[in-house]
Amino acid sequence: MKLTADQVKKVAKLANLPLSDEEIEKYSGQLSKILDYIDQLNSADTSEVEPTFNVTGLSNVLREDKVGESLPQEEALQNASQVKDGFFVTKGVFEE
Amino acid sequence: MKYEPVIGLEVHVELNTKSKMFCRCSADYFGKQPNTHTCPVCLGLPGALPFTNKEAIKKCLQIGLALNCKVVDLSRFERKIYFYPDLPKGYQISQYRWPLCVEGWLEVEDKDGKVSKIKINRVHQEEDTGKLSHIGGVTLIDYNRSTVPLVEIVTEPDFTDPSQVKDYAKKLQQIFRYLGVSSADMERGDMRLEANVSVRPAGQKELPNYRVELKNINSFRFMTAAIEYEIKRQIEALEKGEKLTQETRGWNEAKRDTYLQRSKEEAHDYRYFPEPDISELRVKSDELRIKEEIVELPNRKAKRFVADYGISRQNAQVLVDSKELAGYFEEAIKLGREKQLKPQEIANYIVNQKIKLASKDQVLRAVEDLAGKRVGILEDEVKIEKIVAEVIFENPNSVEDYQKGKLNALQALIGGVMRKTQGKVNVEKVRRILESKLQN
Ligand SMILES: [Zn+2]
Repeated sequence: MKLTADQVKKVAKLANLPLSDEEIEKYSGQLSKILDYIDQLNSADTSEVEPTFNVTGLSNVLREDKVGESLPQEEALQNASQVKDGFFVTKGVFEE
Repeated sequence: MKYEPVIGLEVHVELNTKSKMFCRCSADYFGKQPNTHTCPVCLGLPGALPFTNKEAIKKCLQIGLALNCKVVDLSRFERKIYFYPDLPKGYQISQYRWPLCVEGWLEVEDKDGKVSKIKINRVHQEEDTGKLSHIGGVTLIDYNRSTVPLVEIVTEPDFTDPSQVKDYAKKLQQIFRYLGVSSADMERGDMRLEANVSVRPAGQKELPNYRVELKNINSFRFMTAAIEYEIKRQIEALEKGEKLTQETRGWNEAKRDTYLQRSKEEAHDYRYFPEPDISELRVKSDELRIKEEIVELPNRKAKRFVADYGISRQNAQVLVDSKELAGYFEEAIKLGREKQLKPQEIANYIVNQKIKLASKDQVLRAVEDLAGKRVGILEDEVKIEKIVAEVIFENPNSVEDYQKGKLNALQALIGGVMRKTQGKVNVEKVRRILESKLQN
């Protein structure tokens, strides 16, 4: 299955990755190969198999509503490339 | 051609649990220092595991059951994938294919008092996002709100008039407060509304092939105005032969119109994906117990007030506005009974005079005031006799004068009774009672 340049562009946009034309070309080849590889799974007959969503097989694993400790502000912010007055800073995004 | 609106509503409500949805950070984020209620889970750090809050699930079920939903046999969490800095994980844990509650309904009233049943498609559990502030070309992020429990309630597109939407939203807010699951304050963002609006030729059964989503509207009034504007805009566009498409619009209160936020081409593609880190929920067996624990809700309470106390439906609706007010009203009825006050009188007095009932003291005072006002019209001999007796006891000189033959001393005694009853008593009746008492 060959992915088109448009499909790669869409995936890149959804993943919020800026790609050059060169990269789009390169990744459409690579992604197509990955899909072909994954596609082998389709040869297995799974018509009688329930999908697995969770490997533990557990249900209702719940915790009581009790407050525990949070990280100190400095620690929460320590990996941020930019901080200001206790906030993480990112380049402007606007809802409008 | 005549058109009719087709409106659906999505309401988000933030739950008032102590801890967050999937971690133990405090969920009480309002007004706190930024990024002081965070941990690896709500910061989306690699390897962190979400751990579901039992109380949040219970509150979500309470909401679902209060809205006449069914609890499903099996519910799962899913990842709603999108990239935006309010979500550090790159996805929001939500529910799409396996919501906790489905197929409910709520009765709403339109501006003319017509009652209709609005179908509720689903009530599901999810997590809130971080809070962004856009300042001077950059965006500041506070993750204190990240992973605070959020419940989403989605209706079928059953509304045909903005006044129904307003009533629905108000009723939801009341229900949240009665249940005690959220303070549901719109301005604070505890409760958020999104409307899907389209129009179709009157009588057409099929849904229109587009819908306009109205987002980020933080008051009932603005929501009504935005929907009204949108209906007008769409009808005008259709009449001009324009084709309407899927889009998201916001409300500009200053200009009082809606504006385009996102068109179909940019619409999100969330690629929901089952959340493998959280166990599935099988909570159907809790349905009955939770249902039994739910307090009497405003709709039912109002109906009971009408049936039991014979008060008007309008008064009942005002009096059930909050659980507290309704409770104080019933207390006032009990106290009023001793003073021969009828529930209807108390209801009228509280509603018409806008009497504040927010404490036991205020209830007592309201009942006393009303009973006082009523003496003149009340044929309550026993009570008047009691007051007359008090006045006689307190004015031995006047009594003596009267019994010596000074008939105008009676006037002083009558005056005493009038003062004690704030003049709300029939003078002739007082005179008669006084005379008969003084003759004995
Ligand atoms: Zn946390």
